This record gives sequence, C-alpha cells and structure tokens, in this order.
Amino acid sequence: MHTTPALEVDDLARAFGDVRAVDGISFTAGRGQVLGLLGPNGSGKTTTVRMLATLLPPTGGRATVLGHDVVADPAAVRRRIGLTGQYAAVDETLTGRDNLYLIGRLLDLSRREARQRATELIEQFGLVEAAGRRTRTYSGGMRRRLDLAASLVGRPEVLFLDEPTTGLDPHHRNEVWEAVRTLADDGVTVLLTTQYLEEADQLAHDLVVLDRGLVIASGTAAELKSRAGGRRLHVRPERPGEAAVVASIVASDVGREPTIAPSGEVVVGTSDAAALRRVEERLAVAGIAVAEIGLRLPSLDDVFLTLTGHATTGAAA
Amino acid sequence: MTTTLEPTAPAVPDAPSRRRVPSTLRHGLSLARRGIVKTIHSPEALIDVTLQPVIFLLLFVYVFGGAIAGNSADYLHFALPGVLLQTVVFASAGTGVGLAEDLRTGIFDRFRSLPISRAAPLLGAIAADLVRYLTAGVIMLAFGFALGYRTTASPLAVLAAFGLVLAFAFALCWVFTALAMVVREPRSVQGLSATIMLPLTFASSVFVPTATMPGWLQGFVAINPVSRSADAVRALLDGAPAGGAAAISLLTSAVVVVIFAPLAVALYRRRT
Repeated sequence: MHTTPALEVDDLARAFGDVRAVDGISFTAGRGQVLGLLGPNGSGKTTTVRMLATLLPPTGGRATVLGHDVVADPAAVRRRIGLTGQYAAVDETLTGRDNLYLIGRLLDLSRREARQRATELIEQFGLVEAAGRRTRTYSGGMRRRLDLAASLVGRPEVLFLDEPTTGLDPHHRNEVWEAVRTLADDGVTVLLTTQYLEEADQLAHDLVVLDRGLVIASGTAAELKSRAGGRRLHVRPERPGEAAVVASIVASDVGREPTIAPSGEVVVGTSDAAALRRVEERLAVAGIAVAEIGLRLPSLDDVFLTLTGHATTGAAA
Repeated sequence: MTTTLEPTAPAVPDAPSRRRVPSTLRHGLSLARRGIVKTIHSPEALIDVTLQPVIFLLLFVYVFGGAIAGNSADYLHFALPGVLLQTVVFASAGTGVGLAEDLRTGIFDRFRSLPISRAAPLLGAIAADLVRYLTAGVIMLAFGFALGYRTTASPLAVLAAFGLVLAFAFALCWVFTALAMVVREPRSVQGLSATIMLPLTFASSVFVPTATMPGWLQGFVAINPVSRSADAVRALLDGAPAGGAAAISLLTSAVVVVIFAPLAVALYRRRT
C-alpha cells in the first residue's frame, strides 16, 4: 500500500518583515528516514523546523507531517512529533525524572504510565544515577540526552532534532549520535538539522542543503560528494601567510584556481595523480615548508564549498 | 515507498479519553505542580513574598508610623491591610518575570510542541503563583499579629479579605503576563513592572490617609483601583461594612481579567 510521506514540504516560506528566512523550499522525507538539513547559521534550518513543529506559522507554501497539514491541523501534528531544539528545553529546577514525568502527564498518560515511561527513558539514555538530581547539576551532554528523552515520551513517529550536538564535546556528541541511530533503527523518522557536515555524513541517509533560505542541493551523501568532482589535492603550508604563493603554484600546475580555507589550506579538484608529486617538488624548490599535503576524496565540506562558493563555518558572518 | 499502516495510529490518542476534568485544566494543574515544586526547590524565589514584605512592614511601621499616625501601634493597624495588598500586588509582577524567563529558556517551545492547549502553560504558571501570593498573605498577617496587630473581624471576613486580595492579584498577573509577552527580556519586565506598580501602590490609600494630598493627586487616588481594594480589605479586617469598596474592587479585577487574559493568551499564541 502506498502511503503519505513522513514529511512533505512544498514551496514553504517564512518572512520576518523584509527578511525572507525561508524562501520557498521543497523536500520530502519517507517514513523511517533520517533526513539531514544541512546549512550554515542563518540558512533557514531552525525556521524550517519551527514551522514543521507548528511553533511558527509559514508565510507561504505548505507542509504536512504524516499527511497532516501543519497549519490546518496543528493538533494532529503535535500528537505525532517530538522536538529537541538548539537549547536543551528542560526545567532546571526539576529532577530529570520529574521533567520526564511532567511531559508524560501533559501527554495524558496516567500517573503510573508516566512514571513507567520516565523510568524506561532514564534507563535507555543512561541517566539512572542522575535521575533524582536537579537538572541544573547536569553536564551539557546529560542535559541533551534528557532533552532527547523528553521529546520521546510520547513515542513520536517523527522527531525533529535542531542542531542536537551544537556545543557538545566529541564524547558527548557521540552519545547523542548513538541515541539517534538507535531511534532510526526503531523506525522513527528523524529530521536533523546541523551545520556539521560530519554529523550529516554520520547520521543522515539523505541530505537537503540550505543556503540563505533556499535548497541548493539534495541527495544522498554519496551523490553530493560525487557532484563535487573527483579527488582533490590539498596543501597546508606551515606558515598560513604563504597560502597565496602555494595557491599560485598549485594553479599553474593543475590549471585551475584552488580555494583557500581560513586555516591556510589550499584545495583544488584534480584527477591527475601525478600532480601531487609535481606540486611537492615545486614547493620544495620555492622553499615553502609544508605541514600537510595529499590527495583525498571530497568531504562534505568540499561539497558545501563547491555548492555555495563559501565554507560552512565562515558563512555565518 | 510502501510501509505498513496508513495512517498510523498516534501514540497519543486523537480524541482525549473520557475524563471528568477538561484537559486544559488538567494540564494546567500538572504545570502548576511544576511551578510549586520549582518554588520549593529554589527558596530564594520566595524572598519577594516572604522577607521583603516583612522588611516593608517593619520599615513603614517604625520609620513612618509615628510621624503619620502619632504612634507605631495605630499605624500598624492602619497600614497592615494595605501592605498585605501591596505585597501580593508586587508578587504578581513576579509572574511576568518568571514567564519571560521560561520563554527564554526554550521550555515553552517544548510545551507548545505538545498536544496541549496553548493556554495551559500560562494557566499553570498563574495557578502556581496564586499559591505564592497566598503564602505571602499568610506570612504578612502572621507577622502583623506578632507585631501587635489585632482584629475583631470574624474569620469569614478575614477570608473574604484574602479572597479580595487574591482576586486582585490574579487580575493583575494577567497584565504582567501580557507585558512579558511583549517585552520578552526578564530584566526589562521587572523594571517596567516596578515602574507601573510603585505609583499605583504609593499614590493610593495604602500607606497614608489621603486628606493631605493635593487635589489632583486625590483625584488619581480616588480612581486608583489599588485604593479601592485597600479600602475594602481594611474595612473587612476592621469588621466594618465593606460593600461598596469591595464591589468596586471585584468589578475592577473582573474587568482587568476580561481585557488582559484574552490579550495575554493571544500574544502568547502569536509569539514566535
């Protein structure tokens, strides 16, 4: 039997005064899919999630969640979704257990059911020891896990994760990733926003790349990477000030203008395996100390650079 | 793409199960419980309704009392009902500040993404604060008794005075809720609330008999709802007939609720 997709977004737009935060975007997510919404700060990711989670009315287009229109039937949408925002939305003065219990009660679980569900989630998210403590004392990672647990009390079919790992150290980030993978394995549809390409690569089957409120690319991570071309030569001089000289040497050899990252890394796409050796020699002749040089497959960072002409991190300005 | 169910049954029932309590009220009560637990867990949040009014009463009775009423004991008798009202009125401004803080932390986003009435989080916060107001009132009265305040009023009249004070605070806290929705920044809410409340409470019959005030100020005092409410509370606690002032006080509260409760809820819904 054919079924409605988990998310169907059609020419969705939201303007704040003159600012068109989301400028007519369309995408679809199948049930059980992990869809990554990728883009720099200010690209419209959060605005999109807020519209899909019924927190913000769109100013154009339409969107449905499991077939329910977010404007016409927000109550039906809310019954089926979970939301974890950029800021861990837990009550700091309540204990972890009380936070989950409160959400359970608000979702009309009986007292006993709400207690049971809280206990299940506390175990599932490794919060057993901390459950009786006020969340004010939690570490950032624990708070995020509790926040994620809170969005799962109602067993949502669609889960919105808005930059779930922003500000977390790598250890805690891995914990959140593990949790998301487990959910996806259980068949929950996940819409994940991130500005970390690695995160999108790790978690999402399909990616939608946003820039300045528009969809600039979509597809699987592998498809996007192949769009960025073949292998790339990258050179990082020891002294970042020499990046421009390196770039001109690379350009004259490969015959294409490379990009220079803020770190001083010079990158250019090339299929010529011998270019690496030639550039290495010419840099030695020029007396430029090289910290790192090599050929590699394009990362999602490279993809982003190719698609937008600017890097993910530098684009916030 | 094919999957199993169409459309899937939500984990949370579409039609709320048959319960006697309407869901908005039930959710509001769950959230009120949160507010009360919050207050108990952070006693510093109770200072504005415990220590602060006690200090206020001490200062007024012993600093101004003799000068205004000839001696402290007489002034205590005059001022206590008004200070009781003033305490609760100031505490109601705290409701706006607390809401502005909740809105900033993102927890209201979570509430708003849940299938509950959008008014429930507001109702919950206000219900929890009514408990705070009541606490403040009881402490005030108890402390007044400790200082020597005595009344011949019946327990029923005392309860009626409390009811009047709570109704007034309930009405005002909708004003501060609406303010919090517009101003957003908790500190600004606090500053604005104080700016509104100071003239309302001081340019009234709360602290002094109004006879020595200039005519234009007496005009304002006469229409100031805080005056009418203070007069009504004073009359009730004195065991005197309070009918007219009490009626005006209740009517004012009702009018304020009718205007500001829908306004606050509408502003809250519109908030993005």
